[in-house]
Amino acid sequence: MVVQIEDSQLVKQYIQGDERAIEALINRHNSRLTGFIYSKVGDRELTEDIFQDTFMKVIRTLKKGAYNEEGKFLPWVMRIAHNLVIDHFRKHNRMPMYNSKESYNIFSLLGDDKLNAEKQLIKEQIDSDLLKMIKELPEDQQEVLEMRIYKDMSFKEISDNTGVSINTALGRMRYALINLRKLVEANSIVLTN
Amino acid sequence: MEKIYTEDKNKTALVKAKPETIQFLLSYSKSLKITEANGLQFESNLN
Repeated sequence: MVVQIEDSQLVKQYIQGDERAIEALINRHNSRLTGFIYSKVGDRELTEDIFQDTFMKVIRTLKKGAYNEEGKFLPWVMRIAHNLVIDHFRKHNRMPMYNSKESYNIFSLLGDDKLNAEKQLIKEQIDSDLLKMIKELPEDQQEVLEMRIYKDMSFKEISDNTGVSINTALGRMRYALINLRKLVEANSIVLTN
Repeated sequence: MEKIYTEDKNKTALVKAKPETIQFLLSYSKSLKITEANGLQFESNLN
């Protein structure tokens, strides 16, 4: 009968200096963690890199004695991997890299300014949500906001058109924005594309 | 019957980190030393 040592026991042994314990942990969770990362990034090389970075972080944390034994080992490792995947996508979006692999696609470099179909749909959804919320505002705030944002009028022009002082127009705009933020929060709406 | 399975091996093969990666991690683990001084922790790699 094969007795499998618990993860927590292996972690303890590793912290005490038994290097074989980390090998057992890596091998035990290799497939599961790799599958998890691959399901998020869809690229084997990248999966390999993130897998490596994940366990480097695990090793450092364990050696520093900063591991919280209350939690389970695998979910903790998965969380690290998940955060690294998010970091990767953040970095990748900010600094897109162009390589010369076979999969190199010139169309990824050439683009027009138009939104793609998905982003266009999202934009329309945001616009329509925003319009609905503007309709919830008091009329005087609605009026100023529409003139300022949709008609691109200056506060001087708004003041002339509505017969209120510039300061009042500014105040109404300010409250319109404050109220809109409240509505966004209250309805848990995400207004980013 | 129509073939519905992908021929892209990247998508079908069982994914598992390469032995080289595991080996690197084990070497990294062996070489990593944490030293403490004045309440601060320092990492050093002794290759």
